[in-house]
Formats: sequence, structure tokens, C-alpha cells
Amino acid sequence: MYWEPDKECMDREELEQLQLERLQSTLNRVYAHVPFYRKKFDALGISPEEVDSLSDLSRLPFTTKEDVRGNYPYGLFAVPLREVVRIHASSGSTETSSVVGYTRNDIKMWSKLVARVLVAGGVTKDDVVQVSFRYGLFTGGFGLHYGAERLGASVIPASSGNTARQVQIMKDFKTTALVSTPSYAMLVADTIREMGIPVSALSLKYGLFGGEPWSEKMRREIQDALGIVATDNYGLSEVIGPGVSGECLERNGLHINEDHFLVEIIDPKTLQPVPPGQAGELVITTLTKEAFPMVRYRTRDLTSLHTGACPCGRTGRRMSRLAGRTDEMLIIRGTKVSPANIESLLFEIEGKEPNYRIVIDRKGAMDEVTVLVEANGEPPFGEERRHVGATVETIRKRLTHELGVTVDVKLVGKKSLEPVDGKTKRVVDLRKL
Amino acid sequence: MLRIKNLESGYGRLKVLKKVTMHIGAGEIVTIIGANGAGKTSLLKTISGLISARSGEILFDMKDVGRLPPEKIVFLGCSLVPEGRQVFGPMTVKENILLGAYPQYRRKRGDQVRDDLERVYGLFPRLRERERQLAGTLSGGEQQMLAIARALMARPKLIMMDEPSMGLAPLIIKDIFAIVTRLREEGNTVLLVEQNAKAALGIADRGYVLETGKIIMQGTAEDLLSNREVQRAYLGRDLDAEETM
Repeated sequence: MYWEPDKECMDREELEQLQLERLQSTLNRVYAHVPFYRKKFDALGISPEEVDSLSDLSRLPFTTKEDVRGNYPYGLFAVPLREVVRIHASSGSTETSSVVGYTRNDIKMWSKLVARVLVAGGVTKDDVVQVSFRYGLFTGGFGLHYGAERLGASVIPASSGNTARQVQIMKDFKTTALVSTPSYAMLVADTIREMGIPVSALSLKYGLFGGEPWSEKMRREIQDALGIVATDNYGLSEVIGPGVSGECLERNGLHINEDHFLVEIIDPKTLQPVPPGQAGELVITTLTKEAFPMVRYRTRDLTSLHTGACPCGRTGRRMSRLAGRTDEMLIIRGTKVSPANIESLLFEIEGKEPNYRIVIDRKGAMDEVTVLVEANGEPPFGEERRHVGATVETIRKRLTHELGVTVDVKLVGKKSLEPVDGKTKRVVDLRKL
Repeated sequence: MLRIKNLESGYGRLKVLKKVTMHIGAGEIVTIIGANGAGKTSLLKTISGLISARSGEILFDMKDVGRLPPEKIVFLGCSLVPEGRQVFGPMTVKENILLGAYPQYRRKRGDQVRDDLERVYGLFPRLRERERQLAGTLSGGEQQMLAIARALMARPKLIMMDEPSMGLAPLIIKDIFAIVTRLREEGNTVLLVEQNAKAALGIADRGYVLETGKIIMQGTAEDLLSNREVQRAYLGRDLDAEETM
């Protein structure tokens, strides 16, 4: 089953012609409309007119998360704001988030790409799709919602949270496809168990999960617990949101929507392309976006590309499931959290270099983050102790607010955060992903 | 059917087309829209071989036609309906039409010409009525029909039209565009260059927007029609005025 067979099963040569046409017109547009790109191209002495082939892409400058933040909020938009019909932002605190916009055509195109991913994952117009991604600035909820609606499925905009109610809805509304983060699917599975509902009482058939890396082990657990076929899909706000790529039912890699995104894999250290099939950092250039085009965006996600034919008949190259990130970014319940950000926040609150450790664990299905902060002096008594309690509360509130995920803070005794193997260990991830 | 990569051409030292990359699939109507002087006519002239390509490639039916003279390109099946009709005024309508049939004689298909003439008369009954009239006495719309009829006599696989609506009354423009749609229904492939972007996008499958010799946008006709930049620059909509209304 395909959503757009003529595009998804396109002959390679035809696809490359289309990619080149779209790349050239995208470059002409960003050069004319986005001062950031014009300056970058000019600084490197490159004109869009010099791009003759897809391989010339490697001569263009990269765009990083910092570039996006540096142009907060609308600096990278290629159209006037009045042409923008939707604005989303990536996770993170306000100043550190990436603000992205969509024109009417962008929304149409995005919905179409998400519909492709849904169809590849087994969903049809006859399905009842429960979207349990957070609705809001995050692209997951609305992205999947519009795609499922475009497909013609019956969409339940459940959003995330209140899991017992979600399970009730799932049972009563006869949900056939669950769309969420994989960790939320685990939580749903636990809740179903706790509520004593047999899986046979549910109508679930498919699960489409994304927003965070998850293992094959986790896939098996989810599939067994919910009695579904679980597929992985990938996307990120800076590029579009969900809809960049998704697995088909073969589950042997995520088919990339290559008629809309040009992908490269580079060595994150040398920034040079890696040989085909080898793992490296995924770099994406958008080919059809109007409001927020992206040239060579460094996703910091590690993956590899595969060209072999897929039994499903789609000809787009496949990317392997995410193998991690090139930076220290932690993905907590689908939200990206940077340890460096935690450090600078602690520094701001405490006024001096803190000694801390971030511990992440998974209780049941939920990620829990605890920040251990070393006390500066002797354990305090009396009045002082209350003061410490207030400080911990301040840190907890501030971190939770700025990071966008609930964080627990514990004060530990001096020298209790000893270096491990001689190295200061800032992050301890106890999750078995 | 037609695949163009990084095409550059111009006049003397003036470079008009800059790295134009585009394609047309069999059976499609593709339109090139753009302002005066954007390079639309130069693009068609370069594809037809009337001006030579400086660099880049033009593949017609997988054959490189970039260095071929115009008559060879017509012979291969790619005909141009030029801007401003270019009919021969002192000759009759029928003579003008028959002039277009010369590739058929070269193909030793002279015996088909009679049938082809019947076919174009079928498409344009008005031309049959006026077959003995001098082309110079025809109205603008009729001359445009004549120019199309002449091009069809070569039995092209791809028919390229340069501003067929230029200087015509709205009602006549409607007729001309209806003919373009009809040509596609009969299995032709059409590359349509138009300043009348609204009409062109109304019948096209896909379009490219040419600006100062560069393609700045491409997409389905539907997407281009709903693109606000296209609306403002080429569809004559004053969005600011609309918003304050």
C-alpha cells in the first residue's frame, strides 16, 4: 500500500532530476530571501548558480542548531510572516528553541508526507488513529494529526497524559492505531495491565512511534504487550517535524521521502561524507519547503543509509534506526535536553561552578531525571536546613521550567560525586534502551 | 520526454538563462511563467535550436539535442508555435498549414499529409472555412489557431507554445486554452510559456517560475496557484488590499 506510488516508487534517475530541479530553485530562493544564507554563501564565495549536480551540495555550508537559535525567532524564514499559517517550536526553553514556520502549501505537503509514513506503517482510511503526541508547539501532535486526517482516517486528538483516560478511550472508541513516543506506548501498556484490561478487549493493530530513539528490544516489548505491529518514524522540527522518513511493515529501515529531502551522512569530526552504508551524522536539505527551507542541517542524529531494494517496492533509500546522537543531547520523554544547558542553569542559580551529576532512569515506562548537586559546605542545621530546602526547590522549578521536562533535584554531601575512572561523570543513563 | 539540466544560453555577451533544470513527462502540460524578460522565450528558442546552448544538456526522448539545428529538432518531434504567431501573411491559410508538413515529406510520410490536414481542420473548423483566405487577413485568434495547426502538421511529440494568448480578447484566449487541453487529451505533450499565469496554471499539470533567467520555484499547478508569492507577482492579486478589506 502506498499513498503516492508515483513518488514513493520513483525511478532513481527521474528522482535525481527532480531533486536537482528542486535543489536549484530552493537555493535560488534562500539566496534571494534569507540574508543568513546569502552571507554564508558569499563568505564561502559560492553562488547558487554553481550548483550543477547533487554532489555539489557538499560545497555548501552547513546549518546548525546554533544558527537556528541565533536567528530566533524568524530570521531564517524565507517568506514574509503574513504568508505563514502555522508556527511551531522545538523543545527547550524559549530562547534556546528553534522556531519554524509553514505556509499553506507547506502544511499541505507536510500532511501528505505524514500520510505516506502512516500508510507505510499499515494505517488506512478505515483506521481509528489515536494521536497521543503532545499537541502544542511540538510538531509531533499536529504533524501526525494533519497527516492522519489527510489520509482520511478517524483521528482522536488524545494528546499525551491522563493515561488511564487514554486507555479507556482506546477501548471504547475502538482505536486501531496508536501514534506516540515509544516510551508513552510502554506507559500505555503498563496502564492497561494495571487496569486489568485484557489486550483482546482492545482493537489495536498498529503503532507508529517516533520522537526518540528506541531499541529492537523495546519494540518487541511494545508489540507483545499491545498486540500490534510497531513501526518507527523520524523527523525533526528544524526540517519539518514528523514525515521525514518512516518504516514500512518490513521494518528494515526508515524509507526517506527523498523527493522532498536530500540526505547526506557525514563524519561528525571531519565533516566529510562517509562511504555508503557507513554510520555518521545525518544532514538534511529541504527541497520543497517554502517558509522555512533548510540547507544542509546537521541533525546530530547518528544513522546510516541503505540503497538495497525493499520488498515493499518503495525505491527511496532507507536510513537505519537512530544509533544515538553526536552531541551529548539526552532525549527525555521525547524532549531534547542538553547537559550543558543544565550546567549553565546551575551556574546561574548558584553563582559558581557546580559539581553535579544527571541521573536518568526509566521507572516503568517513564524517563525520570534526577540532578544531584553537591553541597558546598558542611550539612547545615536548623534554619539553614530550611534554606537549603528552598534552594533545592528553586533549582527544581527553574530546571523543570527551562528544560520543559520534570526534573528532580537532590542535594548530596560534599565530595560524594567522585570522578569515575578519573573522569568527571556528568551523565549517568540507567535506561536500558 | 524532455529533460534539461543546467541549461545556459543568451545573446552575445548577455547571459539570459542561468542553470535551468527542468523536465516534462509524456502527456503533461507544463507551463513556464515569469515576467517580461525573465527568459521564457529564450528558453523555448534554445530548446528549438534557434539560439545555441552555451552549456548544459537538453535531452529529448533520451537523445541529446543540445547541438542540433532547428530543423533536426522539429524532425525528431519537437515543434514550436512561436511568439506573435509568425504566419505568412501573403500566403493562404491552407498553404501556411501545409508548410508545417515538411518533416512528414522528409520522413517519406507525404501520404499522411491529407489525413493530417483533415485532423487539424477538425480541431479548427474555422481554418477550413477560410482555407483559401490570405493568412494576413485573419484575426489574431485565427492566426494563433493557424500557427498551432501548422506546428501540428509535423506530428510533434512535444509542442511548445510561446505566449499563445498574447494580444487576444479574453473569449478567444479561452478557446485557445481549450485547444491546448484538447491536444493533451489526444496524447500530445505541451510546454506552454505564458504571461497569463492564471490561465496557464489553470490548465497545466505543473509549472516552473522563471525569474531573471533562474528557476525560483516549481511545483504542481495547484501548489503554484496557492503560493502567495506567485499570486502577488504573477496573478495580479493585491494581497495587501485584500487583507485590509
